[in-house]
Amino acid sequence: MYFDSIDALLQMDGHGIYVWAAYGITLAVIVFMLLSPARRKKRFLRQLAGQLRRSQETPGTQEESNAPST
Amino acid sequence: MWTFFHKLGSPPWLFGISGTILRYLLPLTLIALAVGMVWGVLFTAPDFRQGNSYRIIYIHVPAAVVALAGYYVMAIAGAVSLIWKMKMADIAMKSCAPIGAALTFVALVTGAIWGKPTWGTWWVWDARITSMLILLFLYLGVVALYEAYDNKEAAGKACAVLTLVGTVNIPIIYKSVDWWYSLHQPASIKFTGESSIDPSMLYPLLLMIVAFYMMFTCALLMNMRAEILEREKRTKWVRKLAEGQGS
Repeated sequence: MYFDSIDALLQMDGHGIYVWAAYGITLAVIVFMLLSPARRKKRFLRQLAGQLRRSQETPGTQEESNAPST
Repeated sequence: MWTFFHKLGSPPWLFGISGTILRYLLPLTLIALAVGMVWGVLFTAPDFRQGNSYRIIYIHVPAAVVALAGYYVMAIAGAVSLIWKMKMADIAMKSCAPIGAALTFVALVTGAIWGKPTWGTWWVWDARITSMLILLFLYLGVVALYEAYDNKEAAGKACAVLTLVGTVNIPIIYKSVDWWYSLHQPASIKFTGESSIDPSMLYPLLLMIVAFYMMFTCALLMNMRAEILEREKRTKWVRKLAEGQGS
């Protein structure tokens, strides 16, 4: 490791705040980028499953079921 | 060859194969990102002129490179969907836009944060930075334009046209540091000739660029899968999938 101590790593000779802020924001965006489509897919499938179940309980209403809003 | 294109246009096939790809690519991507970041932040020497702030390069450059590459993907997908009316191309184009916007945002924000200790300012209306800002607006424009239409086909067409017109911006971004006097430094990595960056810094940077490409691919496939399901919700295979998973 280049830095001698955790403190030096955090400080980075005064540049720590910039470097860590940049990495923090990037990580947040990466997490969002990878999680949001997974959540969207899950939510959609759950909604569709609910719709299908409801339409099976009351036959004949299958086609009028509302489209999931996403 | 033609059967491949035929398959590519088939939603269930694409859904299935992308799921298989993601099962391997997603963990690999996370490992590559983690290794690249730890390498860049912990195990490289600081730049002799910029000090430690230069460590932002390991996220700034990959984000910018892939944000531009993503625009190519979006433009090609847009052209294909305009010319051959291929449904999957339209889905690919739509799915590129939010990822491209996120990556451009990362490039701009990390650039601003890097600019403060290095240039003494967060922001300058410089050719490279301004053209990147336009790239962000192009991506966001495609996202917004898609939402503005109720008719998916009309939305796809309008977005494809916007995307293709926006391609003009790409060479401007590339050449901006050569054409105009700029605070932004020219490219340090070159395919031809010698790179002006030390190998100890180059290797983690290359790893991060590859990792960002992998991440883009993952995010694109995941977005496409969600979009495919939503568009195919009336088909049997999607209903079956919902019944199997959504309880």
